[in-house]
Amino acid sequence: MHPVHSQQQLYRLLNDFQHDFPLSPTPYADMAAKLGMSETELLEWLKALQDEGSISRIGAVFRPNRIGASTLAAMAVPETRLQTVADLISSYPSVNHNYKREHHFNLWFVVTAENETRLESILRDMEQRSGLRVLSLPMEKDYHIDLGFPLQLAGNPHA
Amino acid sequence: MMQAPSPQHRLYTPDHIDREIIRLTQQGLPLVREPYAAIAAQLNISTSQVIERLQAMTDCGIIRRSGIVPNHYKLGFTANGMSVWNIPDAHINEIGMMVGALEFVSHCYQRPRFLPEWPYNLFAMVHGRSKEEVRDKVTVIAGMLGENNCGHSVLFSTRILKKTGLRIV
Repeated sequence: MHPVHSQQQLYRLLNDFQHDFPLSPTPYADMAAKLGMSETELLEWLKALQDEGSISRIGAVFRPNRIGASTLAAMAVPETRLQTVADLISSYPSVNHNYKREHHFNLWFVVTAENETRLESILRDMEQRSGLRVLSLPMEKDYHIDLGFPLQLAGNPHA
Repeated sequence: MMQAPSPQHRLYTPDHIDREIIRLTQQGLPLVREPYAAIAAQLNISTSQVIERLQAMTDCGIIRRSGIVPNHYKLGFTANGMSVWNIPDAHINEIGMMVGALEFVSHCYQRPRFLPEWPYNLFAMVHGRSKEEVRDKVTVIAGMLGENNCGHSVLFSTRILKKTGLRIV
């Protein structure tokens, strides 16, 4: 039986541990000590949160363009062709995010490749197969220091 | 003052062992007592080597942060608005740092304009529980920018067509 955790413990877990995950041989034990629970209890809880989808994963968040090359790309797709073109774009393994957005440029996706040359050739391939132009808007500068996502914005009464 | 990473850092090339560590961890660390030892065993290296390499990749900025990655949608943040801004080039750095420091902004990047159709050079991702909440936050940003805002728009996602963990190797 999975122990019941309070909302407060959940917010603390999700809010306080989005960065500085311990780089020690037993990171979960270190985390459990800070949360005042046992390592086993924490591991079971994390597994349950992952299974229900509240946690996407635990681990490193990589900065774009440090390894390989990536870009944010946009296309203006006629509404009647949107699903077909969206499926085409999603079928590329190098596309990891693909969103429909409300704008003249209505398809937005991130393309990642091992280097600039490969990235360019994927973008050209997309243009050729769709017959549409792909706007490539690579990151030029990152202005955000990423400490994770502050969950007190969700109306956490304890924040 | 925040320091935006210099473009030179992009040239850092991790070796094949670093890439293997990234490959094995990019979908998440295993939920076992000694996750780094589990990775080390697969690569036939020591646990301390895995830890040292992750530390080095963190220090040089390849790893932005390490920890729990919550699922915003599951937690009620169902609206995400990509706010885009046309900022005079002379002021992009100061404005970028100001917007990037806002707690409701999860990503803030300078990107190239694509004239004439795309005049926006600053992207700030704003999350909220509703479109209204996102719009309110965008209004806050517009208020802060004053006359440095030469036009903006906010693009809401209407559908997620694909979202997978980052695969970089």
